[in-house]
Amino acid sequence: MARMSLNVNGRDVSADVPDATLLVELLREHLDLRGVHVGCDTSQCGACSVLVDGRSVKSCTMFAGEADGSSVTTIEGLADGAELHPMQQAFRECHALQCGFCTPGMVLSAIDLLERQPDPGESEIREWLEGNLCRCTGYHNIVEAVKSCAAAQRS
Amino acid sequence: MQDFALHRPTSAAAAVETCRGCDEGRYLAGGQSLIPMMKLDLALPSDLVSLAGIAELSGIRREGETLTIGAAETHAAVAESAEVAGAIPALAGLAARIGDAQVRNRGTLGGSIAHADPAADYPAALLALGAAIVTDRREIEAESFFAGPYETALEAGELIRAARFPIPEAAAYAKFPQPASKFALVGVFLARTAEGVRVAVTGAATTVFRADAIEQALERSFEASALDGLEIPPDGLTDNLDASAEYRAHLIGAMTRRALTAI
Repeated sequence: MARMSLNVNGRDVSADVPDATLLVELLREHLDLRGVHVGCDTSQCGACSVLVDGRSVKSCTMFAGEADGSSVTTIEGLADGAELHPMQQAFRECHALQCGFCTPGMVLSAIDLLERQPDPGESEIREWLEGNLCRCTGYHNIVEAVKSCAAAQRS
Repeated sequence: MQDFALHRPTSAAAAVETCRGCDEGRYLAGGQSLIPMMKLDLALPSDLVSLAGIAELSGIRREGETLTIGAAETHAAVAESAEVAGAIPALAGLAARIGDAQVRNRGTLGGSIAHADPAADYPAALLALGAAIVTDRREIEAESFFAGPYETALEAGELIRAARFPIPEAAAYAKFPQPASKFALVGVFLARTAEGVRVAVTGAATTVFRADAIEQALERSFEASALDGLEIPPDGLTDNLDASAEYRAHLIGAMTRRALTAI
């Protein structure tokens, strides 16, 4: 068993979980954060993406024990009460979702991109989101949302 | 997934010591290949020794004409490093196109070369640049490091500490990626060094290799026209669902030309 302490969405938490526990299992099953979606469980679809110390990672491909001492942000940690995070707001305004399953991962991955590159071009956005699959193929509006959020944050 | 014990040492010496005491111990770097393999029971370690908390395995520094990159540096860190961009920009560009953003945030240089996937990008750079792999007990030349698919010269429990790259006069990497995985269908790393032209090919065969005929042609004249009429035989190249051996042979020529125009 691994005993760990981490900060999840601004809250300090401790957990005692078997060593083979994936980060996504800790988040969903122990902390009840069901916005972290398991799509493929094979490191391909990116639906389970979360931010670990500010960087996007696939939580199905990281052991929970390795997040000991880290700060983890999931989709549940973005809004401030009723006020959406600017990226969530942009996704809403651009209608950047169809079924919504990939959306949490897309939003967190896009936040990581803008942290690194506040003014990405369209091809940069598309390349960055290669780790996030939308099986509704709704990429067009997703890219528009990221562009719109970037423009809003710069102004 | 089979159960295992996770260890989190804070020094390289402790990591080696811990691994030595395990039945089927494996080092865990970024885990971007190892964890998917464990989910498929293709790797069944009794113990995982995490390298994430070992500061001495990090660091990127240039000393004279050598660039040393710590084994635990992520692909994202190499891609964003001003030190790498200044010394060997082709290497920063290579790291920036490994897998996807999330994989680059976790995957490491040491993990990639220890795993030795025959279609991984880093092995081409190590071989073309004549890099040395620094372990807890010796230095291994890239030339004798990659032994076969997922096989290296590493002994049981041997830990990669860093890779040491001689800085070339010029270098470029061109990759034709498998569109879903981003692994190289064929990747060609081209380096012009004081000792001559070195060309390493990944993705095309069971392990990374140097393209002798292309090296000799470019040695005579370092331009794309030197490749005119040069036949690249498909013998021994990988032939699978993704691409035929003939197509891969063609891509070796095409990627070499692309790398040349990037220099």
